[in-house]
Amino acid sequence: MKVVVCVKQIPDPALPGELDPSTNYLKRDDKLILDESDSYGVEMALQLVEGAGGGEVSLVSMAPNNEVSGLRTALAMGAEDAILVSDNALAGSDALGTARVLAAAISRLSPDLVLAGVESSDGYTGTVPEMIAGVLDIPSITFAKQIEIDGNTVKVQRQTEAGYDDVECQTPALVSVTAGVVEPRYPSFKGIMAAKKKPVEELDLSALGLDESSVGQSGARQETVRVTEAEERQAGEVIEDEGDAHEKIVEFLGELKIV
Amino acid sequence: MILSPEHNQIREVARAFASSEIAPNVREWEAQGGAPKALYQAMAKVGLLGMTIDPKYGGSGLDFVSYALAMEEIAAVDGGISNMMSANNSPVAIGIATHGTDKQKDRFLPRLCAGEWLGSFHLTEPHTGSDASSITTRAVKDGNEYVLNGHKAFITAGSTSDIAMIVAVTGPQADSPEISVFVTPTDNPGYQVINTERKLGHRTNDLCQVRFDSMRVPATDLLGDEGRGLSIALGGLSLGRIATAAQAVGGARQALQLSKDYASQRETFGKPIIGHQSVAFTLAEMATEVEAARHMYLHAASLHDAGKDSATAASMAKLFASEMAERVASKAIQVHGGAGFLEDHLVEKIYRDVRVYQIYEGTSEVQKIVISRNLDSLEL
Ligand SMILES: Cc1cc2nc3c(=O)[nH]c(=O)nc-3n(C[C@H](O)[C@H](O)[C@H](O)COP(=O)(O)OP(=O)(O)OC[C@H]3O[C@@H](n4cnc5c(N)ncnc54)[C@H](O)[C@@H]3O)c2cc1C
Ligand SMILES: Cc1cc2nc3c(=O)[nH]c(=O)nc-3n(C[C@H](O)[C@H](O)[C@H](O)COP(=O)(O)OP(=O)(O)OC[C@H]3O[C@@H](n4cnc5c(N)ncnc54)[C@H](O)[C@@H]3O)c2cc1C
Repeated sequence: MKVVVCVKQIPDPALPGELDPSTNYLKRDDKLILDESDSYGVEMALQLVEGAGGGEVSLVSMAPNNEVSGLRTALAMGAEDAILVSDNALAGSDALGTARVLAAAISRLSPDLVLAGVESSDGYTGTVPEMIAGVLDIPSITFAKQIEIDGNTVKVQRQTEAGYDDVECQTPALVSVTAGVVEPRYPSFKGIMAAKKKPVEELDLSALGLDESSVGQSGARQETVRVTEAEERQAGEVIEDEGDAHEKIVEFLGELKIV
Repeated sequence: MILSPEHNQIREVARAFASSEIAPNVREWEAQGGAPKALYQAMAKVGLLGMTIDPKYGGSGLDFVSYALAMEEIAAVDGGISNMMSANNSPVAIGIATHGTDKQKDRFLPRLCAGEWLGSFHLTEPHTGSDASSITTRAVKDGNEYVLNGHKAFITAGSTSDIAMIVAVTGPQADSPEISVFVTPTDNPGYQVINTERKLGHRTNDLCQVRFDSMRVPATDLLGDEGRGLSIALGGLSLGRIATAAQAVGGARQALQLSKDYASQRETFGKPIIGHQSVAFTLAEMATEVEAARHMYLHAASLHDAGKDSATAASMAKLFASEMAERVASKAIQVHGGAGFLEDHLVEKIYRDVRVYQIYEGTSEVQKIVISRNLDSLEL
């Protein structure tokens, strides 16, 4: 079984992010790290391969400046190898452009299953995975909380507000994995040293056979027109307990669909 | 020292592990007087035990710089657990890897590296610590066994360890007695824990007095040659000093971080206290001291990794870092004002935890003895 995981490398969310005032894009000049949203996909893929008693987990990522730090983390967790697409012409890519690039990289690997996060932590359009499936013309299942491979069938528990749906489709397929459904392993120190020697194939657009006009700024059909400060968080509501505070809290949580 | 990408990754993983798996539990483990063994098994999975041990025995095969960096991260969150990690890695695992027979390595190392067995190191006795050569625990050969009798004190993990590395006198008790080292399981009827101490800091581990009451151990549990034990025991201490310096830096840097955060939010006279120059300067001094000590331990560790003599550098790093940690922790409490004296704030715990770094693995005074004896060999 061959599983490919899409992993996005993002600016460290622990550090204050900065927008480039001329383009309104997030600055991505510093080191990028593995998006936590994708650590669940990596873990899920490793568990699937371990459960199947064999197979291989490969990674694909598109990132500026030949960044590999986040890929190294996922390789240290146990993935075998990676493809990184990096090209100056990719600056300003929108979600569809990104999906075209990732789809081209994925198709070189002919996987049985492609995993991605439901949404990234920095861009969070939550659209790239399904667009990849569209470009590759394979079925896609979203919001997976559990995945099982049975021959050529992918069986997924798809998380819903009420619980989950059982959904299945044929391989090859793309599945997006809900954050938090598995506990991503810590990369072991041995894994870190082994990752140093694992192959990361670095490709540019021409190597992928993609035309500059379909990706990057020139291919983008999306433009960030204006950026405004988020509204300051409002002070919370104080509930005085007159014997019914618990009911009010339950009601409040109910409105939020937490209980 | 500029770290390699792998050193940085190791540091990041150790930091993430410490903050998710250790930090949320330290107060509970302090109250209980120990952490569950499952913690050490989880640490082992990452590679925090047996870090420098050959992968063929289940270790991570890393250099000492990696080990010291990881030690700083664990100690930043809890001193007592970092000390358990230290005892296990060095002297116990490294001692066996360096001096053990193939059989001993096969028997002990994989289990130590997996966290299945924890180790303890038995040198100090109630009447002697700094003067290691005056220990009186005796091991007398009897056929293909040794019979151990004696009383050890201040033994980290004395009651929770599965194997003990014991330093005992095997020859006649003379001016320079013949000392040997044994590595042997603690589930021996002659191994008796007679007291678990109550202590100022490091409350997440057990510190014990242990009596060997006609404890019979097979002769195959002798580590290295009979009579060569003092150099085995003290060789381990020199590496342990680098680890202790890293522990001290860990505690101090956490105190600094907490102080910086607190000073940015606590307001007096209409501004955050970090806006008062005296507080900002205190933080600047703390940061500089932490940085200096970190460079010292990294330098000592990299000397060791390069196969050079690291003993003096290790003693200097340990002396400076351990005394620095007390100063920095004290300043951290000062920056916190009254809050720093309360258990609600971690600086209170750090202040208690860092004090011992000036005592174990050789007191500050012992480090000064080592350094002063080597003054001639320093490039001054
Ligand atoms: C204004 C703008 C500027 C951009 N500039 C650049 C740039 O200079 N260089 C560049 O490389 N990209 C650039 N991008 C692409 C961008 O970083 C995202 O990859 C893309 O927009 C996807 O959007 P998202 O983060 O909302 O993905 P989502 O749809 O929220 O992501 C869901 C999942 O898709 C997968 N995925 C998404 N993006 C990637 C990726 N890049 N690599 C691997 N897997 C991925 C992950 O598994 C992720 O969890 C830019 C995007 C925009 C909108
Ligand atoms: C939390 C903790 C954990 C420990 N863990 C272990 C362990 O796992 N295994 C183990 O074997 N031991 C352990 N120890 C013991 C520790 O190594 C000793 O306490 C230390 O070596 C000092 O020995 P001592 O307590 O006997 O002090 P002493 O040697 O009695 O020293 C008392 C004072 O006299 C000073 N002094 C002594 N000789 C000289 C001299 N020649 N010149 C100048 N000053 C001198 C010392 O520096 C010190 O200030 C631990 C101790 C503690 C507190």
